[in-house]
Amino acid sequence: MDFGLSEEQQLLQETIGQFLANENDPNQLRARFDAEDAFDEGLWKGMMELGIGGLLVPDEFGGAGVDMVDAAIVSEQMGFGAAPGPFLGHTLAGLAIALGGSDDQKKTWLPKLATGDALATVAFGEEGGSWQPDQWSPSGDRLTGKKVYVPYAAQADLIVVGTAGGGLALVEPGDGTTIELFDNVDRSRRLYTVTFDGAAASALPSGADVSGQVRDAALILLAADAFGGASRLVEMSVEYAKTREQFGVTIGHFQALKHQLANMALDTEPSRALFWYAAHAYDAVPEDREKMAALAKSHITDRFMQVSRDATEAHGGIGYTWECDVQMWFKRAMFDRIWMGSPSSHRERVAQLSAW
Amino acid sequence: MDLSYGPEYETYRAEVKAFLEANWPLEGEEKDLGLAEQSVLFRKRAIAAGYLGRSIPKQFGGSEQESDPLKGQVIREEFGKKWAPMDAPGIGTMMLVPTLLERGETWMKEKWVENTILGHTQWCQGYSEPGSGSDLASLKTKGELVGDEWVINGQKIWTSGAQTADFMFCLCRTEPDAQKHAGISYLLIDMKQPGIDIRPLKQMNGPAHFNEVFFTDVKTPKDWIVGKRGEGWLVSRTTLKHERNSIGNAAGAEAMFRGLVKLAKESKIDGVPAIDHASVRQQLVEIEGYVQAHKYSGFLQMTAGLRGENPGTIALMNKIHSTNIGDKVAKLSFDLLGDEGLTDPANSGGGLLGGGGSVAGWVSQYMGSLGIAIAGGTANVQRNVIAERGLGLPRDYYASSKSAAGKA
Repeated sequence: MDFGLSEEQQLLQETIGQFLANENDPNQLRARFDAEDAFDEGLWKGMMELGIGGLLVPDEFGGAGVDMVDAAIVSEQMGFGAAPGPFLGHTLAGLAIALGGSDDQKKTWLPKLATGDALATVAFGEEGGSWQPDQWSPSGDRLTGKKVYVPYAAQADLIVVGTAGGGLALVEPGDGTTIELFDNVDRSRRLYTVTFDGAAASALPSGADVSGQVRDAALILLAADAFGGASRLVEMSVEYAKTREQFGVTIGHFQALKHQLANMALDTEPSRALFWYAAHAYDAVPEDREKMAALAKSHITDRFMQVSRDATEAHGGIGYTWECDVQMWFKRAMFDRIWMGSPSSHRERVAQLSAW
Repeated sequence: MDLSYGPEYETYRAEVKAFLEANWPLEGEEKDLGLAEQSVLFRKRAIAAGYLGRSIPKQFGGSEQESDPLKGQVIREEFGKKWAPMDAPGIGTMMLVPTLLERGETWMKEKWVENTILGHTQWCQGYSEPGSGSDLASLKTKGELVGDEWVINGQKIWTSGAQTADFMFCLCRTEPDAQKHAGISYLLIDMKQPGIDIRPLKQMNGPAHFNEVFFTDVKTPKDWIVGKRGEGWLVSRTTLKHERNSIGNAAGAEAMFRGLVKLAKESKIDGVPAIDHASVRQQLVEIEGYVQAHKYSGFLQMTAGLRGENPGTIALMNKIHSTNIGDKVAKLSFDLLGDEGLTDPANSGGGLLGGGGSVAGWVSQYMGSLGIAIAGGTANVQRNVIAERGLGLPRDYYASSKSAAGKA
């Protein structure tokens, strides 16, 4: 019985946390947030040097080959730091190829993704809130169809596209692929609309068998990101309450605010064990994998939403400004909640998986 | 991560199972005894085998086992499956025994520990007073030393089981000139004596689990004091922690949730099973998110304990997280009952936790969930604890300035 992080996992957590604290402090983050494309090559390169490029890529292809628990705690740190960049799409693309690709596809792409020599992303979402494999529509040997909310498509060398029948296919952007920037509220993770019109594509042979698992991985990474983001907002709000003075004392003396902060902590802290277990189930308890991933995503992104609203309120007027750091995490919460499907859509999936 | 108990504990589990197979339920003539007597007999055997009284020294009637939370968990699980008696339930085992073991005199441990865990001796707790709830240290019940005896006058409230208890552990103000917290002593009082007037308080859902207790010149020997004069507040602090932990328990939340799902399957809304309605499904899964978070937070804390690490803020959240779940279950179950929710449970019983499958049980839980949220430190007190001890926010300005300035 051991439901805690190993020493290696704690070291990983600290390393990523320290890297982001140094390389992405709130001022650096703000500059990236306000920049045109939020893709900071220097920051991404630094992450690649830490081995984040191939987290879920097996070591035989140059990746780190870690468990989902490890990937989730990295994602937690990304959320804690509101780290800008293509971590999410790149990690999922590597996983999709590792799970469903041919030997050739793996050999061609995985080593490059692991080092960061190539940047990859995933194109899953479609208009009308269609995120799930059974809702995907692009089809044809030369791919035709439209995908929305694709992270960093303009920078990507490779897009893993969800196709009709729950399959997956690789597309190298070029002829037949049109990419347009979407005006996304969370500027730490830029999104694009991608239209395929007879684009050259190479299907992953086992794509349809593994797309559900890739979806579950996405849900767990989002849940972990949301936990990290909510933790950061609790920390920021408590810090503010300890420094801001009114009526001659710091506002952290006032019970109304103390209770709001306690409720924020109460929304956040118990969620840690939930995303840990969802990640652990992905690694080791197959019968719980799908349900716990959906439950963790729906529960924790909902908590993050509430905490982000409370944090704004706890900061008073300044909390409502662009200048205040809270807004960057507030918008992170909006992304985590919507991307890969709303909490209510995943709750309905949990109900079905429970055979209700 | 590994959530299995491992081969060592599975071997231990097999031993526990074999013990239960041989010893519970009782057989032969013993099975004709009353349940209380059967329980005492069984407990003695389980203590001899090292399964009960584990943290209690042998000289005081325990089995003095090396601390091992996982073994404790295996025992709870296996005893639970067979409805076998654990250490006698109640506030005596939960709060008084640990306090005596830590702070009591040897003669007290000899006199009370074994009898309490076996179930021979019942205790009640005399803490709250009408004017001293969250601000417990403002209590006024007076203990005066007259010759070789304490003479006690005053009133306690919310005293569960006062009618059946043999003794009370009681906080009294014995040093009227000392500063608020320093004026309190922890006295033990025989409940079967003149001068004690017990008046039941009927709860909003019907039953009367607790009472008002009035003391008029009640006597207790001079040496029936745990800790020194004026140390009662400190002595009581360890015990409150025990109570909070015992209420924050995921097994209860899981059982309640299973009951709720069953209710949703059996209830109908507009002629259709409630569980087929989208809004009910959404609400159920929303609650399940909290239940699973609660469950695995328990594993996380257990692991931290096994590793000797501090589990962090989560350890302060068990009670309120669990009672928040109770609140959500109450509200959804009440909707699922439909018009039958108008049934008064007062006359038809129904446990505090409800979910026993009866309408009265659920209506009772609709109210009882609040009782649990209030007992042992209200939800608002829990929020103060999280804010002050967990988040490091300052103590309430008004409360701390009053405490510092004044005597009780």
